[in-house]
Amino acid sequence: MKPFSYLEPDSLDEALDLLGRHGDDAKVIAGGTALVNFMKNDLVEPRFVIGLRRLKHLQAMTEDNGLRIGALTTLRTLETSPTVAGYAPLLAQACRLVATVRIRMMATLGGAIAYADPALDTPPALMACDASFTVQSRREARTVPAYQFFTGILETVLAPDELVTEIVVPRQPTGCRTAYIKFLPATHDDYATVSVAARVAVADGKVVDARIALGAVGATAVRAAAAEELLAGKEPNAANFRDAAQAATADLEPLKDIRGSPDYKRKMAAVHVVRALQAATTAPHP
Amino acid sequence: MRTVHTTVNGQRVVADVPDNTLLVDFLRSQLELTGTKESCGVGVCGACSVLLDGKPVSSCLTLAVFADGCTIETIEGMADDNKLHPLQEAFIRCGGFQCGICTPGQIMMAKALLEQHPRPTRMQIKQWMMGNLCRCTGYYKIIESIESAAEGTKS
Repeated sequence: MKPFSYLEPDSLDEALDLLGRHGDDAKVIAGGTALVNFMKNDLVEPRFVIGLRRLKHLQAMTEDNGLRIGALTTLRTLETSPTVAGYAPLLAQACRLVATVRIRMMATLGGAIAYADPALDTPPALMACDASFTVQSRREARTVPAYQFFTGILETVLAPDELVTEIVVPRQPTGCRTAYIKFLPATHDDYATVSVAARVAVADGKVVDARIALGAVGATAVRAAAAEELLAGKEPNAANFRDAAQAATADLEPLKDIRGSPDYKRKMAAVHVVRALQAATTAPHP
Repeated sequence: MRTVHTTVNGQRVVADVPDNTLLVDFLRSQLELTGTKESCGVGVCGACSVLLDGKPVSSCLTLAVFADGCTIETIEGMADDNKLHPLQEAFIRCGGFQCGICTPGQIMMAKALLEQHPRPTRMQIKQWMMGNLCRCTGYYKIIESIESAAEGTKS
């Protein structure tokens, strides 16, 4: 690992000051599970590494007009929290399928988002929960919807002086049910070959609200807005789910990697959209 | 360079470490605690697992400066003088290790498991220990070792 200066702010203000001053030459470290791997391979060579572990208030969750999750909350906390299970079981389920328990105890939700690997589990789950992210800098605080946050492989809308401080999950629609399906043909701790998050509310035999988002199917996690619209007002049956899967996957451009070819991943994405919709609409009501 | 104040296996340690030092290298090279092994180096295999404030971490992905103000537990702190920890006894009794490279990490993870779930189910053991790879035992004997150690603890 190349040399760097480690800075450890005591407050959010101090952290934002440091990012304002060193943003272009700095990387923020939370759990370290992503950044340290990059630094060990000299893929990232920051002059400054800003450690956030003293910012204890960013490790907390509060209920205030939705569930506000501090960016430093670990995936393990989310997976085991009764509050998250009540608000957004979809997010808890996605966290439960990330890597291994030790990594989930280290990795944070804010870290995962800022890392922006397109194969991560939490971004599609957050998109399907209508989550948004609070982003702060010395200049301003702004809110970015999850589905607008990711711009490319490891790229986001974050400016060099900005920090994700909070993930906001709104109260989910009445009667909605959810599923997160991670296709893992190799080992259980792997990145997804493809993954699908679905949230569906059905009333009087018709879909009244649908969210579908996919992971590991391109440069970013994607929300399948066309498929959501197509399902609205339709009966939740296999034919309509297949149409939705077609709409969700037609324009995908998956990346070729050791987990499969673009064509294979597109086909598997369609299969798993159908399965996620079936799972969501047959799950017991919470 | 930063000064790290930490407690390692119950002993207070004050050490100057370069900012870019990994916890595994701090333990092995600076403190000469070579029980902790680095194997995959990317947080997958679990061989380098140690407990930081009681919580398992991959020391190959943890900066040594993260230990400042914290306690560290490694395999060297498990035995009490010459008396092995019940988990160590169980791994010997049940054949939970062969070549031994993964064992320090297995035992530290298992210690954290039993602290949270003193009588874990087989499924809890499997889910918890999934991140600790062993290329010798086939895992059954590791699971049996942990079950055996748990049975020996007062519930």
